[in-house]
Amino acid sequence: MMISRRAMLQATGAAIGGAAVLTAFEASAAGEPIKVGILHSLSGTMAISETTLKDVMLMLIEDQNKKGGVLGRKLEAVVVDPASDWPLFAEKARELISKDKVAAVFGCWTSVSRKSVLPVFEELNSILFYPVQYEGEESQRNVFYTGAAPNQQAIPAVDYLMSKDGGSVKRWVLAGTDYVYPRTTNKILEAYLKAKGVDDADIMINYTPFGHSDWQTIVADIKKFGSAGKKTAVVSTINGDANVPFYKQLGNAGIKATDIPVVAFSVGEEELAGLDTKPLVGHLAAWNYFESVDNKDNKAFIKRWHDFTKNPKRTTNDPMEAHYIGFNMWIKAIEKAGTTDADAVIDAMIGVAAPNLTGGESTMMPNHHITKPVLIGEIQANGQISTVWQTPGTVVANEWSPYLEGSKDLIADWRKPMSCGNFNVKTGKCGGKGA
Amino acid sequence: MLEKVNKREARNREGISVRARRIVLQLAFALFAATLLASFASSARADAFDDAMAGFATDKFPEIEQAIGDLVATGAPSAPAILDALAGNRLMFDPDEGKVYIANDNDEYFDPRTGEKVAVESPDDLKKVRLNNAVRAALQAAQGAMSLMAPDPARRLSSANEIFKSRDPAALPQLDAAIAAEKSPGVKRALGEARAAIVAGDSATPEAERLAAVETLKSRGDQDSAGILTNIASSATGRVKAAASAASGAIQARLALWSNVQNVFYGLSLGSVLLLAAIGLAITFGVMGVINMAHGEMVMLGAYVTFATQQAIRAWAPGLFDYSLLIAVPLAFVATGLVGVAIERSIIRFLYGRPLETLLATFGLSLLLQQAVRTAFGANNREVGAPAFMAGSFDFGGVAITSGRLWIIVFALAVFFALQLVLRATPFGLRVRAVTQNRRMASAMGIDTNRVDALAFGLGSGIAGMAGVALSQIDNVSPNLGQSYIIDSFLVVVFGGVGNLWGTLVAALTLGIANKLLEPLIGAVLGKIAMLVFIILFIQKRPRGLFALKGRAVEA
Repeated sequence: MMISRRAMLQATGAAIGGAAVLTAFEASAAGEPIKVGILHSLSGTMAISETTLKDVMLMLIEDQNKKGGVLGRKLEAVVVDPASDWPLFAEKARELISKDKVAAVFGCWTSVSRKSVLPVFEELNSILFYPVQYEGEESQRNVFYTGAAPNQQAIPAVDYLMSKDGGSVKRWVLAGTDYVYPRTTNKILEAYLKAKGVDDADIMINYTPFGHSDWQTIVADIKKFGSAGKKTAVVSTINGDANVPFYKQLGNAGIKATDIPVVAFSVGEEELAGLDTKPLVGHLAAWNYFESVDNKDNKAFIKRWHDFTKNPKRTTNDPMEAHYIGFNMWIKAIEKAGTTDADAVIDAMIGVAAPNLTGGESTMMPNHHITKPVLIGEIQANGQISTVWQTPGTVVANEWSPYLEGSKDLIADWRKPMSCGNFNVKTGKCGGKGA
Repeated sequence: MLEKVNKREARNREGISVRARRIVLQLAFALFAATLLASFASSARADAFDDAMAGFATDKFPEIEQAIGDLVATGAPSAPAILDALAGNRLMFDPDEGKVYIANDNDEYFDPRTGEKVAVESPDDLKKVRLNNAVRAALQAAQGAMSLMAPDPARRLSSANEIFKSRDPAALPQLDAAIAAEKSPGVKRALGEARAAIVAGDSATPEAERLAAVETLKSRGDQDSAGILTNIASSATGRVKAAASAASGAIQARLALWSNVQNVFYGLSLGSVLLLAAIGLAITFGVMGVINMAHGEMVMLGAYVTFATQQAIRAWAPGLFDYSLLIAVPLAFVATGLVGVAIERSIIRFLYGRPLETLLATFGLSLLLQQAVRTAFGANNREVGAPAFMAGSFDFGGVAITSGRLWIIVFALAVFFALQLVLRATPFGLRVRAVTQNRRMASAMGIDTNRVDALAFGLGSGIAGMAGVALSQIDNVSPNLGQSYIIDSFLVVVFGGVGNLWGTLVAALTLGIANKLLEPLIGAVLGKIAMLVFIILFIQKRPRGLFALKGRAVEA
């Protein structure tokens, strides 16, 4: 079927050239398929977010195979279920690399799952594509970070709120769930706000346990903090399940976006699906992609996604776009390297560019992070997020934040001869924090 | 197909007739202009209106914000309708021609100036006039100023509150007029407060009037007035500054006192949620002695029953939506009760007296139920709406009370006392107590202990299901819902004393209030840890909890 379609296409062009390609294609298609590992939780607490990413990977692989695979070989997905269990992530990663011999793995969501598989990828020298926004402070040779670093999400969001368009916010509540991503992000934001001249008394930092469901006290505190006469905003790094009760309480307490806007970094279209968004209209989210982005590529992607899942209501979200970019970059790097060998592909990845779904191109930088546009959107009554502001171009990731004491002198550059994820520009040595 | 062509023809014809009408109108207008000089003013006004409309069609936020002000300034009679359309995302514009239309839900379009229905060539090319928070704030302020004279007092009140928030000096003349005309004392006070909020901060106003305004704000006495007064205290000079800072201080001091009351209320609210989650377990674990790890999943099933009920009501009887929770309560009780009976008959009855196996079996069951729900409903959260009487909040003194939370307290206590009644005053309750106190003796008296076991387990599960109905209002309706409550439920039952329902009540409220009193002092994370440490120490000292059963029942 594939071959005949291909042959037909070629025949319409140059008959002789077409026949030559056809024979070449037939010869190499006989080779083993290239295996792609998918390491996303399909059960347990993280299934809510990660199942979608497994589905989108299957879709991307199917589409690539329709185009004839890569290097004339088909792609084959190997799906495993690490069940939201961090040690199991490492076991499953090892299984994928040594038993299934996958060429690359697309996976993980939480930082702790990524940290738990890092040593495995280093030891067995394979490739991981990590698609979720995270706290930064890391750059590893075997990992490609296609999600946002803090300066590709948090800092532009704060900049927007400080601007006249965003309401000239003077007072800040940094509210987060108590674990590594919010703690690091808030540390960076606190340093950034102070550098911008915000007073200590105008910053309130609040942490809550995972799955916190009783927000009455905190919402009352926010209301009180916000009525000191200066424009106040909440920067929320509240994670996952705790968001719904938080927004419900916010809505019930009558805090409107025009009074105290809340900008969230972990709330996307999927999370809003469980909420009546009418009381939340105008609260903000900062991402690198929204489903509502209006352009041809995105419309085609959404249509394909609905066809693939046979569900016209499935939402698309930012980490899905990250996998879309990462997967296409990987294909290009394989074509550039002419092999799926990990070392060759890792070297070939740097500098590869692939279109994103917001109408631009993302490039893999030497720090193994990609360039991204930053979008600020407001929640709409229909549960979608519509863009109100975006960076003029793409933003390069600062994997090591310049606002943190321990990391401001570090840079990552995996090109030879430096080949280092944490080069200290002061001492001129590779190594130190995060080695 | 034919129909489509006809439609297009009709539209063309309509277009022609509109054009013809327009020409006639223009002619008439020309005649009119030639004879009357006054028409000059009206055409100037029309231009301002068109300018405002052009602003809406720019798709740029600052210009849209400007256009709202311009539109209000024209005094056009259709302005309120246009602003309503803008607020409801129904104001559309044609990006090519720059024309603006008001749309309704049936994809019909209306001219913003005349309100007449117009035909639009290609509705798909129209774009919505977008809003951001700055535009939304300007819009609310404008709508507030416009509906000051609305016939509905609730609308006038809300517009007074909008002005209080926006403090837009431009609204002052309308406000004065509205105050003079207002009859309802409540609305009049709100209008006066809105006026005070503007006047107190305005340095051009005479000092005496500003001082009076500060007094008005002080007597309003809420968090918002304190904020305004703090602001004035930092910007004003002389006596106004002193008065404002004194007033803001007085309000803060009063609110600080109220905040203690508020914390106790929040504690009661948290306690009632704990009580709801734990009370079913107090039957299955407390009275029957079954370590039921699947208890949380019964709560979760109850929440999903609520979701399903609401879906059904939305589909077939939307008018009943406000009663959806009342309808869901008995349904959830019956559904989860039946599941409970099935679990008891198929698993638990083989495991009485073997706590470790029961624990493992019910834990496995809980995972099974979670995954089953995940497969059936999907892993995503489901939306359960709030009926009107449970949405929003109100102020009681200085305490902001959310209506939903208040109803949950009432519901939790109602469930508790209903359960007490069942256990104390019905033959079934008597049998349950007899079986749990001395199984063999009860059996010898002719009680069918198997039947009682099954029904009691069903009762406990059914109550958990009713808890799920309430929790669907404040938490995620997701397969993980139960997990977050199972630990807390066991804590409450053990702390209160196994086998004692009153102990469960006291324990739930104590833990809730203590938690909420600690939270402002040491934060939510440390607060939770402190509670756990306290319970560990308490159980060391009193292993049987607050209200231990005494006598022979203990040995059974």
